[in-house]
Amino acid sequence: MISIRDIIGVGIREMKVAVLSGKGGTGKTFVSVNLATVAENSIYADCDIEEPNGHIFLKLGEVEREKVNVKIPVVDNDKCNGCRICVDFCRYNALAYINKNLIIFDDICHSCGGCTLLCPEDALHEVDRGIGVIEKGISDDVTVYTGILNVGEISGVPIIENIMDKVDNGQGTTIIDCPPGTACTVIETVKNADYCIIVAEPSIFGVHNLNMAIDLVKLFDKPFGVVLNKCLPDFDPAEAYCQENSIKILAKIPFDRELGKLNADGYIISKESPKYQELFTHLLDSIEKGG
Amino acid sequence: MKQLLILSGKGGTGKTTLAGAFIKLAQAKAYADVDVDAPNLHLILEQDVIPQIADYYGMDKAYIDMDICNLCGICEEHCRFNAISFVEDAFLVDYYACEGCGVCQAICPVDAAKMVPDIAGELKLFTNDAVFSTAQLKMGNGNSGMLVTEVKKTMQEAAISVPLAIIDGSPGIGCPVIASLSGVDMVLIVAEPSLSGVSDMKRIINTAEQFQAKIAVCINKYDTNVEKTDMIINMCKEINLPFVGRVPYDTEAVKAINNGQTIVDIDCIAGEAAKGIFAEVLNILNV
Repeated sequence: MISIRDIIGVGIREMKVAVLSGKGGTGKTFVSVNLATVAENSIYADCDIEEPNGHIFLKLGEVEREKVNVKIPVVDNDKCNGCRICVDFCRYNALAYINKNLIIFDDICHSCGGCTLLCPEDALHEVDRGIGVIEKGISDDVTVYTGILNVGEISGVPIIENIMDKVDNGQGTTIIDCPPGTACTVIETVKNADYCIIVAEPSIFGVHNLNMAIDLVKLFDKPFGVVLNKCLPDFDPAEAYCQENSIKILAKIPFDRELGKLNADGYIISKESPKYQELFTHLLDSIEKGG
Repeated sequence: MKQLLILSGKGGTGKTTLAGAFIKLAQAKAYADVDVDAPNLHLILEQDVIPQIADYYGMDKAYIDMDICNLCGICEEHCRFNAISFVEDAFLVDYYACEGCGVCQAICPVDAAKMVPDIAGELKLFTNDAVFSTAQLKMGNGNSGMLVTEVKKTMQEAAISVPLAIIDGSPGIGCPVIASLSGVDMVLIVAEPSLSGVSDMKRIINTAEQFQAKIAVCINKYDTNVEKTDMIINMCKEINLPFVGRVPYDTEAVKAINNGQTIVDIDCIAGEAAKGIFAEVLNILNV
C-alpha cells in the first residue's frame, strides 16, 4: 500500500498535520493534544492565537518567550512637509494629516511599508511594535509552541507565520492546532500542512461549518479526513453529510460525560484511559498510512 | 436602539443557541449574525422571505499584467506579504496572501501592477415583521472586521425605531470581535465550565472592557463540570461582573437545534434556563 508519506515525500519524523474545524468548540485542541501525546517526540503548535488552550493540557515547566513584532511607521515631523502622499496611499486609512501633523494609527496599520517607501522627504521610518508572544516549552516528550495574541490586537497572522517558520525546521510529527473559522489565519496554518483533520460535531451548525472547512482544504489540495466528536446515539447530521459526500471518517468519539469532565479539568485523556490511547494511536497511524 | 451582543471567546459554547432563544423570547424586531466566518443563526430562525443580497467588496487585490510587465521584479521584492512570485515566466499574485496594500502598484515602473476590486463576501438582509441582517465572508478572507461593521450598519439602517437588537457574535478576541463590540450597549458572555473556557472567558472580558458596554456572564452546559461552574461564578463576584444564570446540558436542546428550532420553541430544561437568563439581561439593559 502506498502511504501518504510516499506521496508527499516526507520522512516519518516530519509530517505536519493541521487540525481545523470551521466551527469553534468542536474539539480541535482535544484532538490535537491527544495526537501530540501519542506521537513520539512530536511538536505541538498552538496557532489558535486568539484563545490558545493547548498549554492547559500539555503542561510546561520553563518556557522561552519570544516577542512577535510588526513594523510600524514613525514620522519625523521636522522632515514632513505635509505632501500627504502617504495619507493618500494608505488603503487602510492608517495615516491622517491633521493640523499640520501626521497622525499614525498603529492599530490599523498592516505593516506594508508603502508609506515609508513612498515618502519623498524620508520623513518616515519603521520601528517594531509587539503584537504578541510565542512561548516554547517541553511537556514530557512533546515540544510545545504557543502563539498568544495581545488583547486588543486585530490580527495574529504574523504570529502564526513565525510559528510555522519554527516548525518547518523542527524534527518530528507536527500537530498544528488551528484557529476556528476559515479566515486568513486558518489559511496560514493549512497551507503548511501535509494532512488536515477536520473535527466536526453532530449538529446542523457543525455540518454547515464542516462544509466550509472541507472547501478550504480542497482549495489547497490537501488530503483530509473528518473526526466526529461528541457523538450522540441520535441521528448525526455530520455523519450523514460525510457519508453522502464520500468523505473519509477517521474516527468517531462518543459524547461521554466522564471524558468531558477530565478534558475540562485539563487532563489528557489518552494518558488517563488505555481505550482513548488506542483510539488516538490508531487515528495517527491511519493518517500516516494515507488517511 | 439598544444593542445586546453575545460573545464567548471560546468557540462552541452556545452563543447562537442562546441568541436564537433570546430573539424568540423578545420577539426581537432587529437581529444580526456577525459571525461572518461561520454564520449559523439562520439555521434555527427560518425566514420565509427572499433576502436582499448585496456583494461585499473587501480590499482590492493586486494583479500583474504580463503584457506590460518588464520582469524587473521590484514588486516581488517589496511585497511584505510574499504574495507575488515568479512562476515559470510570469509574476503571479497569491489571492489569499495579498492584503491589498497597493505597494506593487505604487512602485511598478511600467504600471503593470494593478489593483482590482474584489468581492470578499455577501451581505443578506431579510425583512418581514423583523429585520435580520447576516453575511458570509468568502473563505480565506482577511476583511472580517469591515464586513461585521457592514452587517451591523445594514441592520441599524433597516430598523431605525426598534427598541432592542440582538447580535450573535463570533469566537475569539480579534478583528471581527473588536468590530462587533463597537457601539453595543451590553455584552453577554457565554462561558463554558472548563479550564479552556475559563481562560478564554478572561481574555474576552479584558477585550470587552476596552469598550463602553455593560458586561454580564452566563454558563452553558454548567452541569458537565460543577467545580468549574463555581469557579466562574466566584470569578465574576471577584471582578464585580453580574452573573446572570446557567444552562444545563440537555440532549433535547441538541434535538431542537437539529430540527432547525430554538431551545424555547420546545419544552425543555435548557429553554427554561434561557428564559431566566434573558429576564436578567433585560433588567441590566433596562429595556
